[in-house]
Amino acid sequence: MALKHKDLLGLEYLDRDEIETILDTAVPMKEIFTRDIKKLPTLRGKTMVNLFYEPSTRTRTSFELAGKWMSADVTNIATSTSSVAKGESLKDTARTIEALGANFIVIRHQMAGAPHLVARTVRASVVNAGDGRHEHPTQALLDLFTIRERLGRIEGLKVAIVGDILHSRVARSNIWGLTKLGAHVTVCGPRTLIPPDVSRMGVEVTTSLDEALAGSDVVNVLRMQLERQKKGLFPSIREYSDLYGLTREKVKKCKPDVLILHPGPANLGVEITEEVAESPSAAVHQQVTNGVACRMAVLYLLSGGGKPGEVAA
Amino acid sequence: MTLVDKAQIMDGDGMRRAIVRIAHEILEKNRGTENLALVGIRTRGFPLAERLAAAIGQIEQRSLAVGILDITLYRDDLTTIDVQPQVRKTEIPFDVTRKDIVLVDDVIFTGRTARAALDAIMDLGRPSRIHLAVLVDRGHREVPIRPDYVGKNVPTSRREIICVRLKEVDGRDEVVIQEPQDS
Amino acid sequence: MRLLLKGGRVVDPRNGLDETRDVLIEGGKVLAVDATIDAEGVRTLGVEGKVVVPGLIDMHVHLREPGREDEETIESGTRAAARGGFVAVACMPNTNPPLDTGAAVRFVVSRARETGHVRVLPVGAITKGLAGAELAEAGELRRAGAVAVSDDGHPVMNSGIMRHAMEYACMFDLPIISHAEDAELSAGGAMNEGYWSTRLGLPGIPAAAEEAMVARDILLAGLTGARLHIAHVSTAGSVELVRRAKEKGVAVTCEATPHHFSLTDEAVAGYDTNTKVNPPLRCASDVEAVRRGLADGVIDAIASDHAPHTVEEKEVEYELAAFGMIGLETSLALAVTGLVRPGLLTLDQLVERMSCGPARILGLDWPGIVPGAEANITVIDPDASFLVDPAEFASLSRNTPFAGRRLFGKVAATIVAGKLAYEAPGVWPTR
Repeated sequence: MALKHKDLLGLEYLDRDEIETILDTAVPMKEIFTRDIKKLPTLRGKTMVNLFYEPSTRTRTSFELAGKWMSADVTNIATSTSSVAKGESLKDTARTIEALGANFIVIRHQMAGAPHLVARTVRASVVNAGDGRHEHPTQALLDLFTIRERLGRIEGLKVAIVGDILHSRVARSNIWGLTKLGAHVTVCGPRTLIPPDVSRMGVEVTTSLDEALAGSDVVNVLRMQLERQKKGLFPSIREYSDLYGLTREKVKKCKPDVLILHPGPANLGVEITEEVAESPSAAVHQQVTNGVACRMAVLYLLSGGGKPGEVAA
Repeated sequence: MTLVDKAQIMDGDGMRRAIVRIAHEILEKNRGTENLALVGIRTRGFPLAERLAAAIGQIEQRSLAVGILDITLYRDDLTTIDVQPQVRKTEIPFDVTRKDIVLVDDVIFTGRTARAALDAIMDLGRPSRIHLAVLVDRGHREVPIRPDYVGKNVPTSRREIICVRLKEVDGRDEVVIQEPQDS
Repeated sequence: MRLLLKGGRVVDPRNGLDETRDVLIEGGKVLAVDATIDAEGVRTLGVEGKVVVPGLIDMHVHLREPGREDEETIESGTRAAARGGFVAVACMPNTNPPLDTGAAVRFVVSRARETGHVRVLPVGAITKGLAGAELAEAGELRRAGAVAVSDDGHPVMNSGIMRHAMEYACMFDLPIISHAEDAELSAGGAMNEGYWSTRLGLPGIPAAAEEAMVARDILLAGLTGARLHIAHVSTAGSVELVRRAKEKGVAVTCEATPHHFSLTDEAVAGYDTNTKVNPPLRCASDVEAVRRGLADGVIDAIASDHAPHTVEEKEVEYELAAFGMIGLETSLALAVTGLVRPGLLTLDQLVERMSCGPARILGLDWPGIVPGAEANITVIDPDASFLVDPAEFASLSRNTPFAGRRLFGKVAATIVAGKLAYEAPGVWPTR
């Protein structure tokens, strides 16, 4: 049981059983939200370092709470305040953090594969909190958890992922997780933001939102990075919003019990209207809560068994 | 290495009698069931807690609240054991504050599980009192914890293993001593 | 020094020879090639079971001197070349300062004379500072010893400049070596654009970035009549464009690297930065097209694009890592293992792609293994295998993705102008 690797670098590297173990473990973790005393002794004496090369409030806070509620000592390093600005290499930074006694390094980096480099360098468990456009495994885990919680299953569901697929690590992690658990995935966005050969990852591809929404049980709306427009990837926010923004009218074309997800923070009025994001169909806030539970589960499962740096049994 | 049953130390009847006796002792000590609630420690503490509740209920003609406690996240050996245990839900459908709680487990050995259970229950609220009931006390305590109700004291060697089998989990009721044997 | 190579299989396509022959070398030249030669007072190397071929030429390497002597020097790079079986290497001009003046080229020539283990053939710059804006003095570069011109590492993006460079190079009969890459299409890319870039989340470089420039340069070569050589072709489309241009009679040649016929972009999974090269490792159908192109001769040469980099430049985030891998010491073995043993190339064709072809493109006097010719000879044991161990490399750098691979085709000896530039330790008893 537990996980086969010392790190969580992506859902790409997990098998179905491992993903389900994490989701199952997150169920009792979520119980802590109902308590007055949000504290478990599980990771007492362990140190967790959040190494963030990209600004992030949500993910960092979520990891921080997950660690703290399990009694780990948590430190945050953001690029602006660290020696990274002085040109220290990632490898060097990783070694320094390990020398400070870190058991977990949670890393967010703007480049794909950066967590892999850290994982190869240190014996601590490395958790990928988003690497470039590659993966954001804990986001996908919380999405899977939310889907399971709301709809009772994942196998056989139709899930549409809408938006900037090309640059989205959330999309890639979701594709891995959903397909491994037996969902049918359709990705949808403007042609300029669909990566080449993405269908080989086991998904349907469409540029038509109507087509993507039809019959979908879940719609996962991605955040649109507004600066992409300047790179000539789409002509204007207005046209993007017109073609791919999720409005009440478009939701009406979905199944009545459709579940709408958004990784946040949303550009309200661009990829999703506030009305839809706050509607009962959407689970935006539930996702945030579930994020902490899923991250607690990941930390627990990476912490156990054997010596650090070895594959957990 | 395999485990081999060495001797049966309690059969189904013995178990039933032990539970009824503990039920009486609990009632005697608590002078009633007003504030009483039972919490079974996963896995086998829970069916035992339910049986105790039923026994008490039969004597007192009222039903008792029973909860399940998963102590995995409170264990002190998580970093050293080889196989990491699956965390499961704690399900306590009542507020523990100001209750007289009887923690129920199948076997007490080092006392570390009971220690973890005490911490776990106290993170949920502030009970008036906590008692500990076990089916078997096999000795070898490592912490200063003593059960309040014991079905049977069984002197053992450290090498031996006490295996409690319950109908609800294992299909039959018995307690056996096992010994590891090199296969 | 007199040397006698005894009992080897001499494979020399230039002279139509594939027979067991003894080769006697004296005074830097081949003295005799005969069925049996017995000579007194010579060092005799028993090369029975080995293949004796005209010395191999790697027409695309980066020696890094001057400027980056921490990565490679002319001394270490040519020692690596000798270990890899090469008697000559053409070195690219993207040094610091670049080889865009006669003085810079003369520096390389003189350093090579002082410290080199094999012949060094400098390639001059097309434009000053490799900036793609003003022509470098090709006449002066030629006089200083340049055998070709190239802005390798950078494309000449301005089509007008490239046209004039070609016209001008014609006057000195200098081939233009094109690094074909549309920098707008490849901008920011770290690997081949396709399924694997999608899966790994790395920015991609589309095949079209290379093919668009191959097509442009072929059209300009047709327009100007220049001798065009396309460096490191890596896509099926590029091979096809060269094939059609050759059919039409355009003076175009091209080369392919061992990594482009040995690895696909799947090798990038795991983010080993030693797989980061420019042009990038392509997909399976491209690799197949390159292999076919090498087999049918559309691709004239195998060249390593030996690009040494330090650990500090490579042990970083994939997108930040420098492009390039070293290849001098694995090139021949990758060709033997990947092309000759599977039957894609005969030994004859291998020698054509790794010796005669490059010599022809660079305009070298390359008569092969005949009496009177300068004795540039490589002795190969094509059936011997070895484990690639970068720790054994003569190169100062270690950036290869082939570490730990078992490859066939060992170099037994490299003879440069009659001298043993390299002999494998313990391969033969000496008399």
